[in-house]
Amino acid sequence: MKTKHLYTEKERNRVKIICKRDWTIYSTNKISKEFISIKKDISDIKSAVFDFSKVEEFDSAGIILLIDFEHILSDNGIKVDITGFDAKQKRMLELIEAGYSQEELPNRYENPLQKIGRVTIQEYKLFKDFLEFVGQMSVSFFRLLYKPTLFRFKETAYHIEKSGLNAMFIIALTSLLVGLVISYQSLVQLAKFGADIFVVDATGIAITRELGPMLTAIVIAGRSASSYAAEIGTMKITEEISAMRTMGFDPYYFLVIPRIVALVIAMPLLIFFSDIVGIFGGMIAAKMQVGISFDFYIKRLQEVLDVNQYILGMIKGPFFALIIAATGCFHGFRVTRDTESIGIETTASVVHAIFFVIACDALFSIIYTQLGL
Amino acid sequence: MQNIVNPVIKVQDIVTKFGDTVIHDGVSLKVNKSEIFGILGESGAGKSLLLKEIIMLMRPYSGTIEVLGYNLNKIKYSQSKNLSRQWGVLFQFGALFTSLTVAENIALPIKEYTDVPDYLIRQIVREKLNMVGLPIRAASLYPSELSGGMVKRAALARALAIEPKLLFLDEPTSGLDPIGARAFDKLIVELRDILDITVVMITHDLDSIFTILDNMAILADKRVVANGSLNKILQSTHPFVEKFFKNEYISKRFLDTICKTDKDKL
Repeated sequence: MKTKHLYTEKERNRVKIICKRDWTIYSTNKISKEFISIKKDISDIKSAVFDFSKVEEFDSAGIILLIDFEHILSDNGIKVDITGFDAKQKRMLELIEAGYSQEELPNRYENPLQKIGRVTIQEYKLFKDFLEFVGQMSVSFFRLLYKPTLFRFKETAYHIEKSGLNAMFIIALTSLLVGLVISYQSLVQLAKFGADIFVVDATGIAITRELGPMLTAIVIAGRSASSYAAEIGTMKITEEISAMRTMGFDPYYFLVIPRIVALVIAMPLLIFFSDIVGIFGGMIAAKMQVGISFDFYIKRLQEVLDVNQYILGMIKGPFFALIIAATGCFHGFRVTRDTESIGIETTASVVHAIFFVIACDALFSIIYTQLGL
Repeated sequence: MQNIVNPVIKVQDIVTKFGDTVIHDGVSLKVNKSEIFGILGESGAGKSLLLKEIIMLMRPYSGTIEVLGYNLNKIKYSQSKNLSRQWGVLFQFGALFTSLTVAENIALPIKEYTDVPDYLIRQIVREKLNMVGLPIRAASLYPSELSGGMVKRAALARALAIEPKLLFLDEPTSGLDPIGARAFDKLIVELRDILDITVVMITHDLDSIFTILDNMAILADKRVVANGSLNKILQSTHPFVEKFFKNEYISKRFLDTICKTDKDKL
């Protein structure tokens, strides 16, 4: 049989409420339900006594509940007494009653207008922060021209290895696949006109001029922008950047410039590498699909692929690198004290880096077309 | 306090090592019911590691640990869940969940483990905030908006949320102002007296050591070099104990306590 926590003994307009069993956090739900059903029966009484002497176990949640009942009854004009407390329960009651109030906990509610306002101000600040970052970065670069000793070769070399050399495998893999696919798809169309050999022109130009730089930039944006943002962000949380500043080390020379310079150096090299692997992928597809030999492919490539096409692709490299490294570092510096913002800023760094790379590429396209290149 | 034979925590011959670096080499200690037990030792002595092993965040290389009667080497998944419901842990830097407000942090274990009705959860949260000395307005703040001392108090409130029988505190008073630290000590003693909870704390705070600890273990040289109440510790002649307790500063500042324990001995 289920035993109850609350028993009532009613005599005329008085009621004695006997509390039993455990009054702990795990039984509060049951007790408050029992109390609601009791309250209906005792609506006509004038005074109530809680007898706590038969309670076997209690904790602060149980005592809070009791105080709550007391308040509910006395709000209904019933005089309430509590008896049967031992010394410990009494001390707990005193401890809790000292801070008891019915005041609601503060709540963070903002209406839609407030939210729009807050987000607008946030975005405005983001823009201002970005301008500040670009300004700081430029000033740091110019100062470097007067005082080249500020440049940190060791860090730069380290980042060339980490963001450049170590990215070669994944770039090779993606470029090879894209080269294969482009070549294969072009062949399917070109074969319809019996113009198989033009596949060399198509893949060669597409890869060196557009796909190589774009592909490399997107892989590097995913790989390095995120890691720069996370590295600098974590350093901000652990207050390493504050420590640097107080020791008089400028974080721009220690963290930002080496990363940017490293990527600006590594990016054209990676694009060059990506071009080679991409064209090699095209060669494989051409050989497998229509039997164009490697020798013939290369000979044709030399005839149709102007060196200009290759240079036009390479020029984009340093610009993409600057965009990616700067976005990564900028978002790293925006990390605040909480761990959640690392995730937010890392995501933002990749999304923004890829977006700006594509926008920059579009800009190059327009410029090249206008110049008739 | 009463001495119950069955200790709440029993640590036996713990060996901890990372590669060739041995941190603990046969550490044993016992924590009795409703006592405030301190783990002391110099930095690098492996105090935090020992605590991590007791709360199942790490496994020792060898040795057995029993907590509330469960042998941690043989504990089942469901038992370990049950065990972690019975203890509260205050981490050194609070470890509040950053995506939740203080009130949500405190309410989280209550919501997960109990069926307390919502209106009562709010009461309990307010009560805990009041107990640890935080203003009510702190309830709606996020951890990143709190000062270091407030983070610590909020974390204690969370550790106390589901009324643990066993409380682990990792340097509870570090980073608190002296007044706050003494209030913290007072609260711990009060909770122990009222609810009979057992408290295990790592501390360097001399005031806490001299005023609230019932028993303590001193870790040095990879072992427990002294163990027991303050006046038993003071009899030890181990170099670390000598250095830690028997210097000029301490004898001046805690002269009364030391004389009193000497008198008790007589």
